[in-house]
Amino acid sequence: MKKILTTPISDEEIQSLKVGDIVYLSGTLVTCRDEGHRRVIAEGIMPKLPMDRIAIFHAGPIVQDVEGGWKMISIGPTTSMRMERYEKEFLAKTGVKLVIGKGGMGAKTAEGCKENIAVHAVFPGGCGVIAAEQVEKIEDKEWPEFGMPEAFWILKVKEFGPLIISIDTQGNNLFEANKIDFHKKKEVALKETAQEIVSMIAKS
Amino acid sequence: MPFQLDKKEMMIRTLGKFVDMTSKELPDDVMNKLTELRSKEEKPLAKAIYDVMFENMDKAKKLSRPTCQDTGVIQYFVRTGAKFPYLGQLREILREATIRATKSAPLRLNAVEVFDEVNTGTNIGTDVPYIVWEIVDDSTNVEIEVYQAGGGCSLPGRSIVLPPLAGYEGAMKFVFDTIVDWGINACPPLIVGIGIGTCSNSSALLSKKAMLRPVGTSHPHPKAAAMEKKIEEGLNAIGLGPQGISGANSVMAVHIEGMAHHPSVLGVGVTVGCWANRHGVICFDEHLNYKIISHKGATL
Repeated sequence: MKKILTTPISDEEIQSLKVGDIVYLSGTLVTCRDEGHRRVIAEGIMPKLPMDRIAIFHAGPIVQDVEGGWKMISIGPTTSMRMERYEKEFLAKTGVKLVIGKGGMGAKTAEGCKENIAVHAVFPGGCGVIAAEQVEKIEDKEWPEFGMPEAFWILKVKEFGPLIISIDTQGNNLFEANKIDFHKKKEVALKETAQEIVSMIAKS
Repeated sequence: MPFQLDKKEMMIRTLGKFVDMTSKELPDDVMNKLTELRSKEEKPLAKAIYDVMFENMDKAKKLSRPTCQDTGVIQYFVRTGAKFPYLGQLREILREATIRATKSAPLRLNAVEVFDEVNTGTNIGTDVPYIVWEIVDDSTNVEIEVYQAGGGCSLPGRSIVLPPLAGYEGAMKFVFDTIVDWGINACPPLIVGIGIGTCSNSSALLSKKAMLRPVGTSHPHPKAAAMEKKIEEGLNAIGLGPQGISGANSVMAVHIEGMAHHPSVLGVGVTVGCWANRHGVICFDEHLNYKIISHKGATL
């Protein structure tokens, strides 16, 4: 059975999630990436929309202007790690409960998730059409001066996902754990590969 | 002259439609490889991600929408005969084709003007679309490769000039470090292009050329072909899996291109392509009859 989070998302629901869980989101989702984070934290300017208990998406969509509004064409996640510098403060300041993006985030965000009862989840990258089809409506747009990818798009979504939980409220961090494993495997693979290639080109 | 203008318009239309199509359908080489890698995956999360990837490609084609929202900075690699009659107009043709595709697809507006750091709102800017010119022979034909270079997979790209004693061992460390430190966010399974050159720009450009080579091809030099295979095995043993979630593989392919180099240096470039590798190759003759190489059965 699909596990669906609906905004406003309760702390209990967030606390019940563990890394590796697959969930879906219904309700309010806003796009907020580099410029949005800089504006909220570095410049101290909040959007008009209250962000308490909603979800943000690290994403820069393709949106088409249509009569009376906009149409979502394609929207997939962008690299979450770019927002690592500001995310912890962002969670504390906004009350956002679910951060959706691509790849993992670091130790500082994991601390922020623990302190503010929030989670980070990934949507499969490069799958912008599936995500766009789960956007029921583009309700509004703030900060249009940032341009199409960076604007603060306010979306109504239905069963948006799959979202794989990558940081939970217990301090578990799926991608950081993977990285440790990848680095260990890399040392072995690199040594073997380099040796073989050096011997391949060595003059006889 | 009016005859010339008609021809120019004809080429703009064809190329505009081609760029539009490549944003929505992955080329045959990439599709075949993804299908193969998907079948080797056993971990539930990795399998779930492949399922979404394939459903997405299906929907992109059916709904005629860009498969990934990041349709990249539009880049063209022109491999031309010296006598292709529209060579002098080709820059303008490519620029106009980019504008047409941006409207029709629609593509994301990805050109941020340099120094002012403001999005131009047109997908066009100083030296964007980016064009690399190569005169390959004396013929009247031109082969144009379009590549939609997304931000996520452009980010890991780098080149370094190593001292010769660092050698191929140093080059391998540079490649493996780059892929493990930066590849996870570049949407694996990746196509890894490695360039061995004599300075930073020659290595970088060769790595891009390597990345764009069709998946499933090997370098004609037997040692280079063996290196490609060995590095592919080594990177796959790390098991980044789709989206770096961990899985059976890391890469779709590893390609190497090289050139002779100064005895005091060994240049190494790395260029990475994401799984949604949107590249397409189209050939024109002097009458502007065209043939699509990368997507069998595709129509414009």
